[in-house]
Amino acid sequence: MSLTFLILSILLIVGATAAMTLKNLVHCALCLAGVFAIFGLIFIYQNAEFIGLIQILVYVGAVAVLILFAIMLVKGDKFGETSPFINSWKLGVFVSFLLFLVILICVLTSKLPQPTEGVGYISAKVIGRELMTKYVLPLEVVGLLLTAALIGGVFLALKKENTLTNKKIKNE
Amino acid sequence: MGWITKIFWLTAILPIVAAGLISVLNKSKKKTAAAVAITSLSCSCLISIISLIKVIELKTTKSSAIFITNFDWLNFSGLKVQFGFILDPLSSSVAVVVSVVGLLIFIYSVGYMASDWNFTRFFCFMSLFTGAMLGLIISNSILMLFIFWELVGLTSYLLIGFWFNKPSAAAAAKKAFITTRVGDLAFFIGILILFATTKKLLLYDNGDGCLEATSLKLVCNLAIFGGLFAGTVISILIFIGAMGKSGQVPLHIWLPDAMEGPTPVSALIHAATMVAAGVYLVARMEPLLTLVPSGTSGISVASMVITYTGAITALIAALIAIAQFDIKRILAYSTISQLGFMMMGFGAGGMAVAIFHLITHAFFKALLFLGAGSVIHGCQGEQDIRFLGGLKKYMPITFAVYAIGMMALAGVPLFSGFWSKDDILHSVSLWSVSKIPFYIGVVASFLTAFYMTRQVFYVFMGSYRYNKDSASHSSEHFPHESPAVMIYPMIILAIFAFGLGFIGCPFLPLIQKFLAYTEIEHKPDFFIMTLSSAISISGILAGWFLYGLKPVKSSQHPDILELKAKPFFNVLNKKLYFDEFYEATVIKLTGLFSELCLWIEIHIWDGLVQLFSRSVVLFAWLGRVWDEYVINLGFDTGCNGLRGVGQGISLWRNGKVHRYISVIGIAIIVLVLWVVWLAG
Amino acid sequence: MNELTGYIVLSGIIFSIGFAGVLLRKNAIIMLAGIELMLAAANLNFITFWRANWQGDDITGAIFVLFTIAVAAAEAAVGFALVLAIFRHYKSSEAQDYNSLKG
Repeated sequence: MSLTFLILSILLIVGATAAMTLKNLVHCALCLAGVFAIFGLIFIYQNAEFIGLIQILVYVGAVAVLILFAIMLVKGDKFGETSPFINSWKLGVFVSFLLFLVILICVLTSKLPQPTEGVGYISAKVIGRELMTKYVLPLEVVGLLLTAALIGGVFLALKKENTLTNKKIKNE
Repeated sequence: MGWITKIFWLTAILPIVAAGLISVLNKSKKKTAAAVAITSLSCSCLISIISLIKVIELKTTKSSAIFITNFDWLNFSGLKVQFGFILDPLSSSVAVVVSVVGLLIFIYSVGYMASDWNFTRFFCFMSLFTGAMLGLIISNSILMLFIFWELVGLTSYLLIGFWFNKPSAAAAAKKAFITTRVGDLAFFIGILILFATTKKLLLYDNGDGCLEATSLKLVCNLAIFGGLFAGTVISILIFIGAMGKSGQVPLHIWLPDAMEGPTPVSALIHAATMVAAGVYLVARMEPLLTLVPSGTSGISVASMVITYTGAITALIAALIAIAQFDIKRILAYSTISQLGFMMMGFGAGGMAVAIFHLITHAFFKALLFLGAGSVIHGCQGEQDIRFLGGLKKYMPITFAVYAIGMMALAGVPLFSGFWSKDDILHSVSLWSVSKIPFYIGVVASFLTAFYMTRQVFYVFMGSYRYNKDSASHSSEHFPHESPAVMIYPMIILAIFAFGLGFIGCPFLPLIQKFLAYTEIEHKPDFFIMTLSSAISISGILAGWFLYGLKPVKSSQHPDILELKAKPFFNVLNKKLYFDEFYEATVIKLTGLFSELCLWIEIHIWDGLVQLFSRSVVLFAWLGRVWDEYVINLGFDTGCNGLRGVGQGISLWRNGKVHRYISVIGIAIIVLVLWVVWLAG
Repeated sequence: MNELTGYIVLSGIIFSIGFAGVLLRKNAIIMLAGIELMLAAANLNFITFWRANWQGDDITGAIFVLFTIAVAAAEAAVGFALVLAIFRHYKSSEAQDYNSLKG
């Protein structure tokens, strides 16, 4: 248990809790971005530099920004008027806590292997070669998935001018 | 150039592929459609010319120049349906004529059809039409030939009825299709009998085809239908098919009506594709048609039938043409008449004579039709020669090329029509059976020269008599010369119409030697040559005397022949009452028969059907009672129970997302615990 | 408790926080963010086990994380577009209002 790991985990837990509990949605999104960045740092700390950088690039650069945009587009939220949590929050807390307990029990009771010594480091070159040889088919499929998601996202988010709802919105 | 024999079949496939391509084009892509059609036809034109050169080369060095490529189309056990392509002097020369004339007509159509809204469809059909004809020419299997034959029929139907919103065009298309169907039926029966007797479909197959010695011997000695020889029956049936396509009397009635189509279509039908198919079929089947039972010698029955039919057709059509007023209809009857000449020439003088006339005729008739189209185009669709006139002044180039075509058709010495017609008259005069066809031929040639002169004087001389009643002429309007894209094809055709005859003139009978299977002695016969020149010139003089000396003044003025011999003219003007005759006999009988069928339908079949349906209704009623009172009762009870359970369950699904998620969470917890306990 | 266990427990905590966020928040956007958080926690597991079981050139765990990131990005794009579309229809971004499919 190194100091770095401890600091990072505390930051992570605090950030995640803040991201899930704050009232102001923009604050939530910013906290989330921070959490993702810390995730990236942890990956780098675990000698997976490329993955860590990708994590920061994709999550902080794209997903967090996407969440921010979504929050800004979905305007009209009543901040502060009502609680950000659902009414039956006690049940939720209970279930989540139960889940955490189960995970914890599983982790602690299972016989985990000892980490191998002499951990190396993987270069982007190796990842690139593997992606282009062994994992080329999954890569293509993921590319297809991203394309489909892109088209689907655009299609869903597109304003349909002739729908009744839009007319109502305009009238308002 | 051996490769050309391998790809010769492309000549037919290219236009068909082009037709397929054009059919998926957008309607507005006029230029692309025309380009695709013309390019593909140019390619097949090139291929056919190269293969013709190859065949000529082989014919001069070796005596045999037949290439065949056969392949199995269907292979049942024991029965093989074979298709194949043939490249020989006959197919290569006719393919060249068809593709060249077709190409010129295509180019012309670009100008003629420029403003038509169905331009792409037109080129699609035209390509398919030409491709089907080329396919017919290169077929080496009688079934494949029949398939392309029917394709030609179908596309001619589509093209004659191209302006289908015009009722007369739709009717003409139907008429053409049904009339040729009569011939096609006979042709098909002929094919079936031929297949039944010889078990062969290929025409040439290295001694094993149905036009080769073994089969011919079999066919001509087999007696069927009590005394008739199979060979004779098959020949006559095949000739009836050719009669339908080539417009021989009495199946000629569709050809004048086919003028309802656009003029390039008429040109294609009359010059290169449709009517040539019949003559080509006869020429292709020559070994079978000229067959006489072994042990006897002389002229075969089929040849005699063909000669007489041809002669009668030539005369009747020429007579009718005298009294027509529609510019295209006159040309249509002249085509029928010339086809009669071809058939006559075939019967008396063999395939080479007929094909020579077919080739020259293809060029000058295409020229005449395109000229007529140019006239119609320039005069806002006017086709009645009484309302034309004096066009020499307005359309000088059209007049010049039209005059060349007219002189070729009339048989003025040195023009191509003169040589080929001379060849026919020469062979008919030597015919051993009878001299009657020869006399008929002489009269028909005289009439040909006469009616063509009449037409030219009506259309191009005198003064312009526009139709005062017609709305399109209300404004100040004068005919105009056609655009260059229409003029140049006509000029090229005019050169051919003049010069092509020299390849077969009696002094240098190239084409006869090239086509004929056996060597024939050709000597120039100066008596016949003088006679036919005299006939054509006297015909032209007679026309000039009647129509040229006193030009027609007004459109209301009756025809000069009508004044002189009214009943005679009227009968001819009514086309010898052929249509009325069919109306009164065939169509009436068909009508009566269908009335009879209707009566049987109503009174006999309908009663049976009613009885049956009543019993079905009764049965269904019984079934319903069973269903409603026995089955449904049990089923309803089950359903109600099920619905109650469903209502109970649906209470749990309250539409709250968070509830669902917590259920998922609990499920995960339970699952994990279960798995852990199981494992542990 | 060695370092491996620490990482896995950390990942479990983050996963539970994400799950709690999904389960407790009204706002659909934050629910989606919670899902992203859960995915990231899972990624942490992959990396941890891959590293703990180091075998030279075998980088399957890292590659798996790459693919998970890509799929998560796709999921986020579609998810937020869906939220936008639903927002236009219901004029609300709160998940308990999306209940027209209830029984």
